Amino acid sequence: MGAISLIALLIAAIAFSAGGILIGKILVKGSKNPQKGQAYECGIPTDTSPWHQFNVGYYLFALLFLIFDVELVFLYPWAVVVKKVGIVALIEIIVFIFILFMGFLYAHKKGALKWS
Amino acid sequence: MFSLEGITTSVQDWLFMKFNPTMALAMECVIVILLSISLFALLGLVLVLMERKVAAQIQIRLGPNRVGPGGMFQTVADTLKLIMKEGLVPDKADKLLFNLAPFVVMMVGMLLLAPIAFAKNFQIWDINIGVLYISAVSSLSVIGILMAGWASNNKYSLLGAMRSGAQIVSYELSAGFAVLTIVVLTGSLQLSEIVKAQENGWWIFKGHIPALIAFVLYIIAVTAETNRAPFDLAEAESELTAGFHTEYSGMRFALFFLAEYINIFIVCAIGATLFFGGWMPLHIGNWEAFNHIMDYIPSSVWFMGKTFFLIFLIMWFRWTFPRLRVDQLLNLEWKYLLPISLFNLLLVAVIAILGWHF
Repeated sequence: MGAISLIALLIAAIAFSAGGILIGKILVKGSKNPQKGQAYECGIPTDTSPWHQFNVGYYLFALLFLIFDVELVFLYPWAVVVKKVGIVALIEIIVFIFILFMGFLYAHKKGALKWS
Repeated sequence: MFSLEGITTSVQDWLFMKFNPTMALAMECVIVILLSISLFALLGLVLVLMERKVAAQIQIRLGPNRVGPGGMFQTVADTLKLIMKEGLVPDKADKLLFNLAPFVVMMVGMLLLAPIAFAKNFQIWDINIGVLYISAVSSLSVIGILMAGWASNNKYSLLGAMRSGAQIVSYELSAGFAVLTIVVLTGSLQLSEIVKAQENGWWIFKGHIPALIAFVLYIIAVTAETNRAPFDLAEAESELTAGFHTEYSGMRFALFFLAEYINIFIVCAIGATLFFGGWMPLHIGNWEAFNHIMDYIPSSVWFMGKTFFLIFLIMWFRWTFPRLRVDQLLNLEWKYLLPISLFNLLLVAVIAILGWHF
């Protein structure tokens, strides 16, 4: 089958999830209770808003990931042809990875990889 | 007899003979939908039971043994219980995202089924960029997790989702590099080509040490990507109650739970395809007689056997290694696994060019 199978799979996923939730909704007669709608924080009433400040580390790692992920995408076409092209492809990719690795070492030196 | 070879082609031929092309295609779509839904339901039931049984065996206890013979219907009973539970939505939650998140997670799982070769000639879509497709789609799952965590309006959920996001995106890199080593060896992104290239031996044996390193990297990375222990920081019970799905209950929780197991199945299936030859029987070079005997075991059995072996391995990890801290987790990826996988890729490129693999 071609790309149309993806649509079929999407329909299957939606049908599966929606079906399950709908069956639950039909079978269950819920009850109303003011405590029910509160956030669950191990029984203690919620205090502050959950959307507070976060460790900047998450963003740094996300940025680093972006660099390496794009690089990974660049490597896909290379990986397919490397066997045919031979030694030239190898040298090129060594240069590419060397430059990237320098960037990685720089980030490491700057302490971007340290979790504080 | 138990082989699925030929079934797909004969069904397709029959459909196209009986109906006009559009109708036949529609019928095929319906078959795909039914099969994939039943596979999901079955996998959920089997894997949850397997997890509990494996855990029980490792801890020298019996595990579920009351419902049905040997506790076989325990998961069915649990599912019924979950269906009968009320699906709560917190008052302050972002209702739209909260309801959408389980759908996103399930869609990712379902879409990843497309390029997997379950048996010889038994593949939904033999896409020629299969490996790229897999890495593209599997990276979407983090969106569902972040959505769930963000929309719940709960500190634990958000913290769990953030951790999960950092973890999944980090380990995606080394999983990607590990997959690339096999692409370098095969010279193709198509999963059926990769399987075919392993006709005279699986890559883990043929690819020398780099393939072995790549396999170890892959199995570590996917354990982290599926949020399994020892990398289960995202839902560390003792710290975050249940992580990003703390606020979910009833069927929505069941969907998250199912998606986790489906993801384990899928990454193991991909690992089996890349490193252990997918449905390809164990062939050793030019041992004709041995290869013929191995051919008698149907391809679907080979595929499922390898996949479930890898799943067992991941379940084994859970009861062997203690949970990592978040800084240890990121250190492991960025300071060890990523440099190792970069150099491993170069090494495998050298080996592929010089033809040192078998």
